[in-house]
Amino acid sequence: MSGLWILFRRELGQTWGRGGGPVLALTFFACVATLLPLAVGASPARLASVAPGAAWLALALASLLSLERLFERDFEDGTLDLLALGPAPLEAVALAKGLAQWLANGAPLALLAPVVAVALGAGLSLVPMIFTSALIGGLGLSFTGGIGAALSLGSRRGGVLIAVIVLPLFAPPVIFGAGVIDAYASGLDWRPALSFLSAYSLAALALGPLAMAAACRNALS
Amino acid sequence: MFQALANPQRFMAFSRWAAPVLAVIAAGLLGWGLWLSFSAPEDYQQGATVRLMFIHVPAAYMAMFCYACLGAASLVGLVFRHVLADAAARACAPLGAGFTALALITGMLWGRPMWGTWWVWDARVTSVLVLFLFYIGYMALQAAIDDETRAARASGILALVGLINLPIIKFSVDWWNTLHQPASVFRKGGPSLPPEFLWPLGVMALAYMALFGALWLVRIRAEVWRKRAQSLALQAAG
Repeated sequence: MSGLWILFRRELGQTWGRGGGPVLALTFFACVATLLPLAVGASPARLASVAPGAAWLALALASLLSLERLFERDFEDGTLDLLALGPAPLEAVALAKGLAQWLANGAPLALLAPVVAVALGAGLSLVPMIFTSALIGGLGLSFTGGIGAALSLGSRRGGVLIAVIVLPLFAPPVIFGAGVIDAYASGLDWRPALSFLSAYSLAALALGPLAMAAACRNALS
Repeated sequence: MFQALANPQRFMAFSRWAAPVLAVIAAGLLGWGLWLSFSAPEDYQQGATVRLMFIHVPAAYMAMFCYACLGAASLVGLVFRHVLADAAARACAPLGAGFTALALITGMLWGRPMWGTWWVWDARVTSVLVLFLFYIGYMALQAAIDDETRAARASGILALVGLINLPIIKFSVDWWNTLHQPASVFRKGGPSLPPEFLWPLGVMALAYMALFGALWLVRIRAEVWRKRAQSLALQAAG
């Protein structure tokens, strides 16, 4: 257990510390949000109607950014080989990596998401709901994305490949995440959407590490 | 039967005559189905465009059927590490993508006169589009990894991830569509098809199945030959 804790702290430090860490993803998120009014027009009514959805779309795109480094660096310098030989199963390693990815990338993005949505014209009353849905959804995005990152290990052109593999799989969290906010904003019952989103994230948390570990073993073989 | 065919030599002997037989069956059924389609009466609302259904609906059905085949082949390939199953999965994906594209394109051609628009973000249309994108992602992953066994295993894992995820995506898209107001141009289908429409539809569905079977066998054979040629070339190079 303590070994996994150390691994988790290491992953957290690496995701947080090197190569810009979450700052890069946050800046990307802000950039996408900035381009939106430039593309669809600055009319407040139009922006406000798409703000929560646009925030979720930008969130999904921003969570792709750091996926490439999730396994690739450890794969290239041989750390992944050592981790595979170590006492902890690769599934636990994948779990630690996914959780660290969520805390170091998903959580800062979830903090920024309400800011972006409000800047685009969403009501202030939506802020807690946007944060909650982005935080819960971020867990699902991290673990689903991690599968793509592990699968593309050892391939040519990793980054684009991860996006192509993973983005179709992001459909459910985006639908439920934006659905929570949409339902809440229009006074409907938002709990079903939030339950579905949580269910998706928990399923990704449970099954994602299995697929990631299988993909890592395959890449190392 | 599958166990017997798992032997590549036996499979090659079997598919050598099975593929042409299936192709002949497919051609016969296609001819019969098309004749039935064109002799079917015109729909009182849709007129002659209803005939597009006999091309469109079986393609959509095959899009999902191919994915089931891809998933099954990937599972067998991953569990038993069987070369032939890997070849089958690899051969299946472009066929599935082709049927999915056919379903999308004929759907657009049908949508233009019937709904008045090429594209509707309807639940079914959207989930078929996601399925198409998923096929593309699968093929991209396979093409991006140089080592063939490794590529087969990685894409096999992706196919299984998709097998779990595609029903979830289907569910979520349906849910999304009921949350947002469904497009008003989309007309819910009638209660049940009259027999003069059901017959051409059924025959065309069988024709597509036979066509897929024939093409799949031919493509698996091509995969086996390609591997054999590769190993011969390696031997010759010493």
